[in-house]
Amino acid sequence: MTESNQLPNKVAATKSGGNNVMGLEFNSNKVFFDYSGLIPFFIFALIFILVPTISVVFFAFKGNFGEWTLENLRVALREEYLSSLIGSLRLGFFSAITGAFFGFFTAYAVSISGRKKLQRVVSTASGVFANTGGVPLAFFFIAAVGNYGLVTVNLNKIGIDIYSGSFTLFGFSGLVLVYLYFQIPLMVIVTYPAIEGLKNEWREAAVNLGASKFIFWKYIGVPLLVPAITGAFLLLFANAFAAYATANVLTSGTLPLLPVQIGSLVNGNVIADQTNVGMAMGLEMIIVVSIAMAGYIYLDRRTSKWRKK
Amino acid sequence: MKKNLTGSTVSPKPGIGLNLVLILVFLFFLIPMFSAFLFSIQVGDGTYSIFAYTRMLQDPGLASSLWLSTRLAIMTIAIVLFLMVPTVTWLHIRAQKAKRLVEFITLLPLIIPPVVTALGILNSMPNFLLNSPYLLGFVYGVLTMPYTYRALDTGLNSIDVKTLVDASRGLGASWRQVLSTIIAPNIKSSIFGAIFLAVALVLGEFVVASLLLWSTLPSWMAIVGQADAEGAVAVSVLSLIFVWLLLMVMSLLDRKKKLQIKLGGI
Repeated sequence: MTESNQLPNKVAATKSGGNNVMGLEFNSNKVFFDYSGLIPFFIFALIFILVPTISVVFFAFKGNFGEWTLENLRVALREEYLSSLIGSLRLGFFSAITGAFFGFFTAYAVSISGRKKLQRVVSTASGVFANTGGVPLAFFFIAAVGNYGLVTVNLNKIGIDIYSGSFTLFGFSGLVLVYLYFQIPLMVIVTYPAIEGLKNEWREAAVNLGASKFIFWKYIGVPLLVPAITGAFLLLFANAFAAYATANVLTSGTLPLLPVQIGSLVNGNVIADQTNVGMAMGLEMIIVVSIAMAGYIYLDRRTSKWRKK
Repeated sequence: MKKNLTGSTVSPKPGIGLNLVLILVFLFFLIPMFSAFLFSIQVGDGTYSIFAYTRMLQDPGLASSLWLSTRLAIMTIAIVLFLMVPTVTWLHIRAQKAKRLVEFITLLPLIIPPVVTALGILNSMPNFLLNSPYLLGFVYGVLTMPYTYRALDTGLNSIDVKTLVDASRGLGASWRQVLSTIIAPNIKSSIFGAIFLAVALVLGEFVVASLLLWSTLPSWMAIVGQADAEGAVAVSVLSLIFVWLLLMVMSLLDRKKKLQIKLGGI
């Protein structure tokens, strides 16, 4: 930077700031020039993110004749629409709990195993599987534990019927199972740095001061990891709450879930006077996901603070 | 103290419980893959053939949906190269103050579920855009933003952008030259990482495509699967192998693991 300031070019000249008269003259131009490079991005974001989102929020409060109303939200929180909100909240909760459980212990086991190769494989695999979802994943599980899936058929041969209980791939329990495929790796990615940040020196110090394993976890390990785990849980919750593709293929709309419900409203399965109820449900989704993500961001900041030190 | 040479005396090792979790998780990830592959090549009892694959590859629906997905992927790559790279570079050299705002905007797609985005797009876009499949390309440019922004930001953080830009501008390079011959080569691996991730997401995206009624690869697969499970599984195997390869390359390019879904920035 110091080198460039000696160069007689416009960039260097405009950059020197607003302390002198020349600088003041430049200032408004400079601010405009600084932001002008971002104009294409802002236009793009405005058209394809902000306008669509605002339109959903706007129509959520509009009646059939263009009047302002809270009726859509009221309908969206009633009976079958309410049950899909509850269904999605439940799915998000159970999917996040199971994903967080297996993901955390996988990350912990891999971290303390000390095997560099295993750590590398798991970290690469997590990056890959956390982004795997959607339609192909649904078919993978149909091939495994669907009615004629390989696991189902082969377990049947030895007398175990996985469908004898309440399990079905094409319902709530199936979705919780399938979502683990991307929830576990996501949990590993998010909590691994926090687990690695739990320094062995702290453990040694605690042991040297006479702490038992239990005491170490109670006063040091758990308090340090709880924000990271809670944050990751919220991220996993939002992830499952908003997932649509897998749920749509597996349950084909039979399970009341908010995204699927919105999808079928978009597809035109809708009573004429409730077109804007879909928008109200969209607003509900944005609110729920925003709260979860805000919690995640807050907790992630708190954990990365001590991790850096 | 002697023991500390080989490892701390108190450093824990995974016990039976943890190893059990590892094995369970390992099996959980392998079994569906293995099942899907066998499922797609089995015919009746005991015999195997690749008929499901040849049948699917001959389906005209595959060619047209794959072609549409490819065009959309190219569009998304173009958005990364010609919108995201210049924008993030500009943020680094001239508009540091706008960084938080831009970062927040790029994260919005994680906060607004894709199904709601689809709803909003249907609501607000003019008909000429709704009637064009290329609208999807723009939407994918938006949906991949959280990841592409992060990848590029990480890449630019690791080089001294300001000096590079000032030096090349001082020597008379145009902005276009700066971007294409100075910045881009220096953050090559970040750009490739962003592109691979974007392509992987585009090839898997189902929500917006199906709600806007375009037959991309995933939405075609979903329709095939209603009548032909083996065929759908076969296409799933092919598409996931391809996507996994892309993601694996991306994951290896991103050795320092900075391109995680880490939202602490805003």
